[in-house]
Amino acid sequence: MNELAEFIRRDRAWHPPADTPGYKSTTLRAPRRALVSLPQSIGELSGPVFGHDALGPLDNDLIRNYATDGEAIGERILVHGKVLDENARPVSGALIEIWQANAGGKYRHVNDQYRAALDPNFGGCGRTITDADGNYAFRTIRPGPYPFPNGDCAWRPAHIHFSIVGATFVQRLVTQMYFEGDPLIPLCPIVNTIRDSKAIAGLVARLDMDAMQPFDLLAYRFDIVLRGRDATYFESGGH
Amino acid sequence: MAKLKETPSQTAGPFLHIGTLPTVAGLRVSQPERQNVLAGSRTLGGPIRIEGQIFDGAGALVKDAMVEIWQANANGQYGSNELRSWGRAATDFETGLFWFETIKPGSVSFRDGRPQAPHVSFSIFARGINIHLQTRMYFPDEAAANAVDPALKAVADPRLIETLIARKETRGADTVYRFDIRLQGERETVFFDF
Repeated sequence: MNELAEFIRRDRAWHPPADTPGYKSTTLRAPRRALVSLPQSIGELSGPVFGHDALGPLDNDLIRNYATDGEAIGERILVHGKVLDENARPVSGALIEIWQANAGGKYRHVNDQYRAALDPNFGGCGRTITDADGNYAFRTIRPGPYPFPNGDCAWRPAHIHFSIVGATFVQRLVTQMYFEGDPLIPLCPIVNTIRDSKAIAGLVARLDMDAMQPFDLLAYRFDIVLRGRDATYFESGGH
Repeated sequence: MAKLKETPSQTAGPFLHIGTLPTVAGLRVSQPERQNVLAGSRTLGGPIRIEGQIFDGAGALVKDAMVEIWQANANGQYGSNELRSWGRAATDFETGLFWFETIKPGSVSFRDGRPQAPHVSFSIFARGINIHLQTRMYFPDEAAANAVDPALKAVADPRLIETLIARKETRGADTVYRFDIRLQGERETVFFDF
């Protein structure tokens, strides 16, 4: 592969715009000027490398990785999938970090004011690195919905935050995963920062009965697509 | 033509620290977490401290953000062993300050081969930021290199170039580059799309 092949430009109309009045927090935080577009140089086409030896054995098991006297409370689930690029090639070695509320919708965070109780056995933090085929998996519990101030009181659908560090600076992505069938999804002002319903559909994990673990875990499948290199470079060997 | 569409971004939200800087969120975790210290005693180059604050459109401090940096080593190479080229810091819940200890990077080529002035790449994540913001910090003591830097030349309004140039401070024996980021307003920081 030509390491200097550029990545396909980001489709900014597919992503949420910076200023989305329905999600109030963007009002004072959205830049007003247009982005300055630059070509990708070596700094944008390289990125940090993560070794599997940096991971602890329970880092991808949120049911047990913060437990002191029992396992986390809630619906036990497996969240798994594959990280691909836009050319449908698997992305190996990607760092995936997740964070989420507990089954009652409460985050273990010094700034979370919600009245729901903490679960002493749940931290809500996990991480893993994709394998050679781009696969990842977490054991966790299904998070609860929770309210947040947005002018009035809005409610978040159950969701898991995903941070992905791919092979290059330009592939960096932070997003959120939702659960198939959740009636709060179409009501959420943060979901609705995305205009295209097909883009939203890509954030909804599907119930995956083929991967459920009998008498233990239900499974949800969530595939992630990072930016891929412009295919014309593969054909012509670069410009 | 791409076969698949990129997964769309969503805001990292106010509790991003749980997954990215768990001790900042208040989690009891044992792993050492000096993700904002990139350089050690074996790192080539001049040690520097980078610090700054992020301001919203009302001039208020953004105290719930995460800042990531990516930079070359003193020789202009990415991914060398003696420097951790990638760093991450939270803005402090009280002061809004983020900081990194690193070294001043060397010059790296632009895509067309022209030299770029030394710079540090920034990505900013926070509640109210739907897709992370990308910018660069340049050095005030590199005026000649900055004047011909291809990325800075892509910024049409020269007054906006100033938003990308840190302010140098000497604090005892330490060299500090102060880099404040403004999300809106007359001095709104220039953000890039690659």
